Amino acid sequence: MSIIKDYYDVIVIGAGPAGSVSARFAAENGASTLLLERDQGPGNPVRCAEGVSHNGIVPFIEIDPKWISTKIEQARLYSPNGDYLDMFQNGTGYVLDRTLFDPALANLACQKGAQLLTKADAIGLIYDNDKISGVKFRYFDKIYDVKCKIVIGADGIESRVGRWAGIDTVLDLKDLDTCVQYTLTGLDISSLRVDFFFGREVAPGGYIWIFPKSKDTANVGIGIAGDLVTDKSPKEYLDEFIEKKFPNASVLRSVCGGVPTAKMLKNPITDNLILVGDAAHQVNPITGGGIVQVMIAGQFAGETAAEAIKANNYSEKFLRKYIKKWNNRLGANQSFMYSVKEKFMRMDNERFNNLVKICSAIPSEKLTLKEFFKTIVKGDPMMILQLAKAFVTSKLK
Amino acid sequence: MTINPYLCDVCGTCVSVCPVDAIVVEENRVVLDNEKCIRCRKCVIVCPVKAISEKN
Ligand SMILES: Cc1cc2nc3c(=O)[nH]c(=O)nc-3n(C[C@H](O)[C@H](O)[C@H](O)COP(=O)(O)OP(=O)(O)OC[C@H]3O[C@@H](n4cnc5c(N)ncnc54)[C@H](O)[C@@H]3O)c2cc1C
Ligand code: SF4
Ligand code: SF4
Repeated sequence: MSIIKDYYDVIVIGAGPAGSVSARFAAENGASTLLLERDQGPGNPVRCAEGVSHNGIVPFIEIDPKWISTKIEQARLYSPNGDYLDMFQNGTGYVLDRTLFDPALANLACQKGAQLLTKADAIGLIYDNDKISGVKFRYFDKIYDVKCKIVIGADGIESRVGRWAGIDTVLDLKDLDTCVQYTLTGLDISSLRVDFFFGREVAPGGYIWIFPKSKDTANVGIGIAGDLVTDKSPKEYLDEFIEKKFPNASVLRSVCGGVPTAKMLKNPITDNLILVGDAAHQVNPITGGGIVQVMIAGQFAGETAAEAIKANNYSEKFLRKYIKKWNNRLGANQSFMYSVKEKFMRMDNERFNNLVKICSAIPSEKLTLKEFFKTIVKGDPMMILQLAKAFVTSKLK
Repeated sequence: MTINPYLCDVCGTCVSVCPVDAIVVEENRVVLDNEKCIRCRKCVIVCPVKAISEKN
């Protein structure tokens, strides 16, 4: 059993990818670090389709076949009328097994010296002279007050840490995708390809995905833009799709979830506190891919926290380094993605059909990205930026 | 407002849109504080399984 100390330099709340990577880089850079996870353990439950690019994860962890479900080479985009377009990825993608990947990231944090507590639910911040000076949490049935210099809030979509600190984290309906996902088995699918289905009747303002976990099992889910929700729930849309497409499938797992398809929070920091990951709205607003982006942000958060400890300066001004690093690396990209999200995700059926038709005239082995864009420019110039960014730069989510 | 516990998956999606912090995830449950709630219906709209309803 871990001994809980009275003080840590840094306390990280939430052991998802954002929190575990933050804790790892804080610890690696010399800060004594406590990582709190409310659930039984990291990666439990997984509310995610688990798609990532190889290049996105290798900077953070050595690839281990244990947490790779499938290797992806191809993406298929279905237009509302059923036509499709095959695209080959630049570089490999994976569908992960996050029930093992998330613990592996947390384990890495522990190896670097962070202390992880599971069943540890943060329930408030502690203040000293109006300054954040620690975290109140319930560990099993006991309440602890533990002091720290810096709190990193990595508590996901339902983030409360930001609200406790007075940061406005409320999402607009249009900036939230509401999702349901089943892990289905008894399928007969390609394990090398991810499928996306678009259309107003399929998933308003979003899409349905099939991400294979093997040849007979896949994460099949739906995301719908919050402001386009109708009387029909996302679950009903997805159930209809599955009844038609996979009438004989069995459900291994079902989860709900939300994706912040927003710009990053204007100010995800305050004195003594940093927000990171879904809690700071750092997801790719078009694809909804968050794993890689939140790990990048986690590294910046952890490094900045450790620097602040060394400099003995925990002011918001000092912590701006974190935002600066994020802006340099991903800020422009994310703002751009956001600005094209509206157009791309809200394309009407006809326009989407048209686009896919134009592009499918190219033989698929020739449908290199360059060719794809050239065709889009010729056929539908308005769409080049949107598609380019959506399914290439970000690859798999 | 009422949350149907048989439908709710404790995913926190409703929490992220509530403008007045009236919903929290606590001890593996989602708790809605009707005193704080301003009946904006945002949570009703975004719940993926429509587990929240307006009746009390
Ligand atoms: C349906 C769906 C499909 C997705 N598919 C993909 C995909 O294919 N590829 C991709 O890259 N991204 C995908 N995403 C996005 C991705 O899952 C998230 O962006 C990513 O998990 C965010 O990581 P995080 O660490 O910020 O938050 P999370 O992974 O949500 O982790 C937050 C952690 O904090 C813990 N926590 C919360 N509150 C407290 C508290 N008070 N005290 C202690 N612990 C607390 C939670 O238990 C949780 O473990 C998907 C999301 C959804 C909903
Ligand atoms: S959005 Fe719906 S399913 Fe998710 S926690 Fe709220 S009430 Fe429960
Ligand atoms: S109706 Fe509005 S104020 Fe009330 S709980 Fe739902 S989101 Fe919050």
